[in-house]
Amino acid sequence: MHPIPSGTRDVLPDEMRELRAITQAMRGVFDDAGYGEVYTPALEHEETLRIGDARAARPAYRLFDERGQVLVLRSDMTIPLARVIATRYADVEPPLRLCYLQRAYRSVRPQRGEAREQLQAGVELAGAAGARGTAEAMAILCRALDATGLHGYRVGLGSAGLYPALLDQAGVQGAARERLLLELVTRDFAGLEREVSDLGADPRLLTVPQLRGGTAVLDAAGEAGEGLRELYGLLPADVQARVIFDLGMQRRKLGYYTGAIFEVFDPAVGMPLGGGGRYDDLLGRFGRPLPAVGWALEVERVHAALVQERA
Amino acid sequence: MPALTIAVPRGALFAETLDVLDAVGIDTAAVRGNDRRLLFETEGLVTMRPSDVPTYVEAGAADVGITGKDVLREQSEREVVELLDLGFGRTTMVFATEAGPDPAAEALRRLGVMRIATKYPRTAERFFALTGRQVEIVEVKGSVELAPLTGLVEGIVDLTQTGTTLRENGLVVREEIYTSSARLIANPVAYRTKAAEIDALLVAVRAR
Repeated sequence: MHPIPSGTRDVLPDEMRELRAITQAMRGVFDDAGYGEVYTPALEHEETLRIGDARAARPAYRLFDERGQVLVLRSDMTIPLARVIATRYADVEPPLRLCYLQRAYRSVRPQRGEAREQLQAGVELAGAAGARGTAEAMAILCRALDATGLHGYRVGLGSAGLYPALLDQAGVQGAARERLLLELVTRDFAGLEREVSDLGADPRLLTVPQLRGGTAVLDAAGEAGEGLRELYGLLPADVQARVIFDLGMQRRKLGYYTGAIFEVFDPAVGMPLGGGGRYDDLLGRFGRPLPAVGWALEVERVHAALVQERA
Repeated sequence: MPALTIAVPRGALFAETLDVLDAVGIDTAAVRGNDRRLLFETEGLVTMRPSDVPTYVEAGAADVGITGKDVLREQSEREVVELLDLGFGRTTMVFATEAGPDPAAEALRRLGVMRIATKYPRTAERFFALTGRQVEIVEVKGSVELAPLTGLVEGIVDLTQTGTTLRENGLVVREEIYTSSARLIANPVAYRTKAAEIDALLVAVRAR
């Protein structure tokens, strides 16, 4: 026995051929849309990830180099790409269109079939503000998934700013605000119901984040709903048909999102295939304040969904 | 094919879960009539241990499920959407020791650590860490009440409904940790892709 670390695996030719077909299809879409592929080091300075987002920076693997500096295996691609845009493209006129097919490294919970090493395919669009930029990124997301041959997927669409705005309107501040946000981020609506009723707060704090469906649900969402409606209006019809609005959507692990957020769901598999959103403040932290939007798909999960769909 | 696949917990929550399903118009006669079959495709029901419900729902093998908050707390890393407190199956997670002078406090004072038997190791670990006490957790599968009586441990962390089993084994509740009840949970993908079906079920369950 020569075991490999749990959560890692060898890929042999049969699987590799299928993975290759997916990545080639996606590359073709990125090329056609004018997104240039980049490659960045798997190892970054820990400091770089920390600038991006302290929570996302919780890297699972740290090591020292020969001079004693702390290096980490990147846990996502968005922060390394933000670094690239701010440093290597510091003087280049926006918008910037970049894509990648790269591995990211995460810790795993035991016996859950999670991967320490994931192949991520994604794009970053910097310098294209607001709904127009988001619509472009979402359209390419659907083009990329269509190109792989996936049929049944849907795109859940929400806004990172929606619930905080509701809390502002309801005048919920301080510790209570943190408790409500925690219930929402952990998707515990039973807990949210208890908190809202204990506070005697506006019942919309419970009902609005549970709204999912078509454009009709946006009427309940106030100003953030108008933003999502504008975005929806800019999407191609085939992308519109994929959208399920989710007014309670939160991107759980990453704190840098500022506006529209989205996740890809396929009924054939139980977990999201990937997702993304707007992060208009992230590039500024690296010294190049540009609005940005991006997404990443986990290629191995897309593959699993394709296998399930064809079964 | 029914609109939703529902994970139904066998055991303490079984009877009341079936009553809820009947009340919302899901036929449970086949489930009630056969306690060996596990999968009821016509009705869209799958039966399992309560602690397996989050596993099946997280993976999407069931769209929604019913299980205890105690199970959800112990498996807090599961990516499921908690939809509703169903109100039944009320139990309390407690820290209990033998009656008389508290042997766990004595062990903590003199040995610096107390040994605790439980089926909920993560709940117990978190509780004692939060309250600043050093413990050694002993995970057991069967009757936890036996462990302090045989000298295996000084205390236990377990669920109790009426306290009868504890009393009959000479144990007393020292602290209550939380109260639990049955919860309706959903798979995060089904929560979006089957939003209408899940909301219809929620409305019916609330109106029962």
